[in-house]
Amino acid sequence: MTGRAAVAGTVGIVLVSHSGPVAESVAALATGLAGAGAGAPVAPAGGTPDGGLGTSAELIAEAARSVDGGAGVALLVDLGSAVLTVKAMLAEGDELPEGARLVDAPFLEGAVAAVVTASTGADLVAVSAAAGEAYGYRKE
Amino acid sequence: MPETALDAAFFVRWMTEVAAVVDREARHLTDLDSAIGDADHGSNLQRGFTAVRTLLEKEPPATPGAALMAAGRTLISTVGGASGPLYGTLLRRTGKTLGDAERVDLEQLRDGLRAGVDAVGQLGGSAPGDKTMLDALDPAVTALADGFASAAEAAGQGARATVPLQARKGRASYLGERSIGHEDPGAASSALLFAALAEVAR
Repeated sequence: MTGRAAVAGTVGIVLVSHSGPVAESVAALATGLAGAGAGAPVAPAGGTPDGGLGTSAELIAEAARSVDGGAGVALLVDLGSAVLTVKAMLAEGDELPEGARLVDAPFLEGAVAAVVTASTGADLVAVSAAAGEAYGYRKE
Repeated sequence: MPETALDAAFFVRWMTEVAAVVDREARHLTDLDSAIGDADHGSNLQRGFTAVRTLLEKEPPATPGAALMAAGRTLISTVGGASGPLYGTLLRRTGKTLGDAERVDLEQLRDGLRAGVDAVGQLGGSAPGDKTMLDALDPAVTALADGFASAAEAAGQGARATVPLQARKGRASYLGERSIGHEDPGAASSALLFAALAEVAR
C-alpha cells in the first residue's frame, strides 16, 4: 500500500475509490502536489481485497487506522457504494477511529486540497472545509 | 411457530433461507442488474449472505437483535457494492431496535423493520418511487401488519411496480429514461428477503 503512516497531531486522509489503482494514484498525486514538505498521512482504500472494483469496509478501516494520529481522519470518497459504505460505517459501526469524518468534496480536487491543508497542521474542520471548497473550482 | 414467539433461532433460519434463495436467484438478480446497473448484484449478495450464514452457524446469536446486527455487520464488510451498506444498515438498525429481547412478536418485528427501512432511506437519500429497494421494502413492512404472507406479496408487487419507473438514485439514474422498462434489482432482492421470511414463518 502506498501512502504515509500516522503523524501525531496531524489530520489523516483516507481516499476511498471503487478502484485500487485510482485510490493509489490520487494519493500519489495529492502527496506530490502538496510538495516535499507535506507531512499529512494519506492512505488509499480502493477496490475490493481481491483487487476487483468495489468498496471494502475492511480496507477502509485499515487505512483509517493507519493514518489516525489523534487529530481526526478525513475520508474522501468517489461514488455509490464508497459513499454508502463510509456513511454506514460512521452511522452504526465501531470500525472507524474516533474523529473519523466523511468529507463532502470532489474526490481528486478535494484530495489535493485536503492533503495540502492537513500538511499545514490545520484541524479536521479546516481540512474538511478546504476539501469541500474544491466544489467551487470552476474550469470554464 | 406462533407469531408471538420469534426467537434467535427463527432469525437464523430466516437469514439461512435468504442465503439459499439468493443462491438460487443470483443469476436472475445479476441479469436485472446488467440491464441498468453494473451486473454484480447477484454475486455480491451471494457472497454477503453466504458469509452471514457461515457466521451465524459458527457463532449462534443469543437474541433476535444480535442475529440481525451480526448479519448486518457482515453484509457491510463482505458485499463490496452499494447493496452491502444498504442491506447491512437495514438489518443492523432493525436488530438494534429489537434490543436484547429473547423473543419478539410480529408487532415488534414490524416496528424494528420500519426503523431499519427508514435508516435505509436516510442512508441513500431516497424515498419510495425512486426505483430502489425501498419500493419493495416500504409496502412490505406496512403489509406485515396482516402477516408474513401479505408482506411477501406486497414486496413482490412493489418490486414488479418498479418496471415503469425512472431511476432517480444510483448508477441506474445516469440512464435517465432508459432505466424505464426494467425491474430494479434491489427491489427484486428485497422481495426475496420477505419471501424468505414468509417461507420460514409458514
